[in-house]
Amino acid sequence: MSAQEKTIRITYREAMRQAIREALIRDPRVFLMGEDVGRYGGCYAVSKGLLEEFGPERIRDTPLSESAFVGAGIGAAMGGMRPIVEIMTVNFSLLALDQIVNNAATILHMSGGQFNIPLVIRMTTGAGRQLAAQHSHSFEGWYAHIPGITILTPATLEDARGMLWTALQDPDPVLIFENGALYNMEGEMAADAGAVDIDKARVRRPGTEVSLITYGGTLGKAMEAAESLAAMGISAEVVDLRTLRPLDTPTIIESVARTHRAVIIDEGWRSGSISAEISARIMEGAFYELDAPVARVCSAEVPMPYAKHLEDAALPQPPAIVAAVRSMMGGRG
Amino acid sequence: MAPQANDSETRLTRDHSLFLLREMLRIRRFEEKCAELYSAGKIRGFLHLYIGEEAVAVGAMQALQTDDAIVATYREHGHALARGVSAASIMAEMYGKQEGCSRGRGGSMHLFDAATRFYGGNAIVGGGLPLAVGLALADKLQHRPRVTACFFGEGAVAEGEFHECMNLAALWKLPVLFCCENNLYAMGTALKRSESEIDLCLKATSYEMPAWPVDGMDVAACEEAAERAVLAVRAGAGPTFLEFRTYRFRAHSMFDPQLYREKQEVEEWKKRDPISTFQAEMQEQGLLEEGDLGRIEEDAAAELAKAIEFAEAGTPEPVEELTRFVYSEKPRT
Repeated sequence: MSAQEKTIRITYREAMRQAIREALIRDPRVFLMGEDVGRYGGCYAVSKGLLEEFGPERIRDTPLSESAFVGAGIGAAMGGMRPIVEIMTVNFSLLALDQIVNNAATILHMSGGQFNIPLVIRMTTGAGRQLAAQHSHSFEGWYAHIPGITILTPATLEDARGMLWTALQDPDPVLIFENGALYNMEGEMAADAGAVDIDKARVRRPGTEVSLITYGGTLGKAMEAAESLAAMGISAEVVDLRTLRPLDTPTIIESVARTHRAVIIDEGWRSGSISAEISARIMEGAFYELDAPVARVCSAEVPMPYAKHLEDAALPQPPAIVAAVRSMMGGRG
Repeated sequence: MAPQANDSETRLTRDHSLFLLREMLRIRRFEEKCAELYSAGKIRGFLHLYIGEEAVAVGAMQALQTDDAIVATYREHGHALARGVSAASIMAEMYGKQEGCSRGRGGSMHLFDAATRFYGGNAIVGGGLPLAVGLALADKLQHRPRVTACFFGEGAVAEGEFHECMNLAALWKLPVLFCCENNLYAMGTALKRSESEIDLCLKATSYEMPAWPVDGMDVAACEEAAERAVLAVRAGAGPTFLEFRTYRFRAHSMFDPQLYREKQEVEEWKKRDPISTFQAEMQEQGLLEEGDLGRIEEDAAAELAKAIEFAEAGTPEPVEELTRFVYSEKPRT
């Protein structure tokens, strides 16, 4: 095994932690702030040990004041720092919506290009951990509605490890949505894994008959569905969007042009969702390529329930993805 | 911390007094013209005039240095002018021309100017406070002896962001000068009708922050208070809160029939007009000589005429540039 092929076994959580640590080492302007990022070690233990290594100036515990510390991140970014602001969970980010939408996303344009905001905001998103209706939603598609910010959804170990550094080089605000169900995901990653692009979607599994288009927490489910479909003789391609704004439309269109069918899998609600946007783009760009109407597998339109069986039923699951594909293929497989 | 007596008098040399008078008057004349231009349809959108409150911005601004930062609200023409943003670029902004200080993207409510570290024009009440906290955090982390002055109205104290920011700035001992301009009305809602505790300084001191009220109709008092506060803030003592007690002579905006206050009340406050009272004081102290006032008026008129000429001659930004500065044009660094 050559040095380049050397891999390490790592979790998504640890990959993210390594990314933050590397950023703190490489750039003295970088600091991390948020609720319980320091002494507690991060609500999801992502920043564990960083306070001891980097001290309280750079690993800043904040009061439970989302609007103030997110806005402070914006101000600090304008003041020459490269803040990483952690919001404990996506539902809490709504308390900082004013700062994200009215300031972070607008100031560059509103100031006629004078003040850019090199800020990274990380937050946990998604369901699957029985945390009920105030800790489990998927608002990344919602945020993707807003011009002026970039929306990242790392779904793999490599992206968890590599997106942060690239995001920190961006002159404008970048929001990173880490699906909470992924933190314990473990696998092999190149030992020297580093920065990755944040512009392009990736085909995670090539296929010829249907495109499963997804991101974040549902990538694994789509991969699982593709495996089941393969066993039924159906070749599914899996596209990982990685970035929800700006959407890599060409990769989506190219995939659909190859497979002529598309199923979009989104942990967000269906109405007014990113899945609706992707579907519209396929209509605009690949209508004549389609052999079947675009299908969607999304979360049920309910506040996320606590009970395990209800939560499972509310979320997109591999059997539903398989069923959607079979249905558009006339029940084949 | 209480202001010492006689301090302001020692500062009032003839030259400096003339300067303060000149600054207040050029803001007054500028805004009177804005009202006319609004009626003439040259300025559109919302227009909030600062008339009556000029002493606060002019006084406070004297305490700041060129590398300090200012965060203001949607009633910020006076602050921008007093900070040194050119009248021409402000007028052009209100005309919606690309020569405007925000390229015509912001208008009256969103004046920005990187050269003078003027961070807007924030039109979400309370929304600028987190930015000020962040700018100050950046200075503290980079060991720069700078101050961020944050102006906001008393209406902001009802916002959660105000309380979050008071706490955060005090907790982290950040170099912010909080300048609360208490003009008694949040649009049409009187302070006593919206706050259970109307002693605003008490709110700040509850966050362990020095705070005191200032006669906002007395430019020398405003200057003296700001200088005293900035001295401590710059020295690292943490933030200070100043409550400038002032009054808005004009309507909230151009669409306000002022049903919420008595004409008599406005007339009473007008007796304390910061310009005429200061002028009278100068006269009394023999600081105003024959011809001074005429010269100041002439200079203000000349500056204004040039500003209007500049704005009239300004050009609309080409529509092709509509989407510029949604994201930065500079590459990732």
